[in-house]
Amino acid sequence: MRELALHILDIAENSISANADRIRISVEEDLEDDILKIRIEDNGKGMDAATLAKITDPFVTSRKSRKVGLGIPFFKAAAEACEGSFSIQSALGEGTTVEATFKHSHIDRMPLGDISSTLITLLIGTPEVHWIFDYTFNQNRFTFDDEPIKNILEGVPLSEPAVMTFIRETIEEGIQNVRLESSIKQI
Amino acid sequence: MPNVKSLEDLKRIREEALKKQQLKETSGKTEVIVGMGTVGIAAGARETLKAILDMIEKDNLSDIIVRQTGNIGLDSFEPIVQVVRPSETKVTYGKVNPEMASRIMKEHVIGGEIVSEYQIEG
Repeated sequence: MRELALHILDIAENSISANADRIRISVEEDLEDDILKIRIEDNGKGMDAATLAKITDPFVTSRKSRKVGLGIPFFKAAAEACEGSFSIQSALGEGTTVEATFKHSHIDRMPLGDISSTLITLLIGTPEVHWIFDYTFNQNRFTFDDEPIKNILEGVPLSEPAVMTFIRETIEEGIQNVRLESSIKQI
Repeated sequence: MPNVKSLEDLKRIREEALKKQQLKETSGKTEVIVGMGTVGIAAGARETLKAILDMIEKDNLSDIIVRQTGNIGLDSFEPIVQVVRPSETKVTYGKVNPEMASRIMKEHVIGGEIVSEYQIEG
């Protein structure tokens, strides 16, 4: 994978496979602390301790559990290659939280990439999930929650062209505003 | 923070979409499914899906449901796109890049003609 946004998409797919109906994705960039943190939190079926212990090892994954195959070891390796850390917490019946941190300025850190495409893929492609996205840049935060949108739309699909434009622009402008605000403060 | 988009805009969008729906209530919806497992993502499935969504937006195509799904089970053919037109059987396409996706949208999803050179056994 060439972008962190693609890893996010991949990890969120695991959450969908685990039958989550509420998934929260948080991305935090802090240039002062030199950190980039990604967190994907779901309320899916979760894992027991034995599965959890094996999940980050690419060599013990059986074909049967293919749905959570190589994606997690890849993501872990990406974080650890950048003086970062990786953790995964899970409990049966409660859900799973994956968190990866990266040293923001590390030369091997992948770019965040096209995060809005990742989000739109998830939102439109899996409308039955309640999606929440937090983006924090130097302590300025943008939160996108798709529930109010779905409540208004009632009966109109998210793949309706004008609705897609609305969602895409809301996310893109939200991210942009947060980055802009932070640079204005610095001046 | 100033929020440029408001939910009032969305309400207006909904009203217009509902009006359009009433005009063509009888025509069913075509479903377009993109495989989004680890292998698919690594092979470019997000960009393929993006090309499909861009076309829907640009050409203002209603009545198309776009879905993403986990591993379809045909790793060596990723990215995979499946098209299901109302009351027709599912057609599976393999190694679909964004340009191929646009062609599938034009010829099959809109035009109703299967793009047989991209088709694989699904």
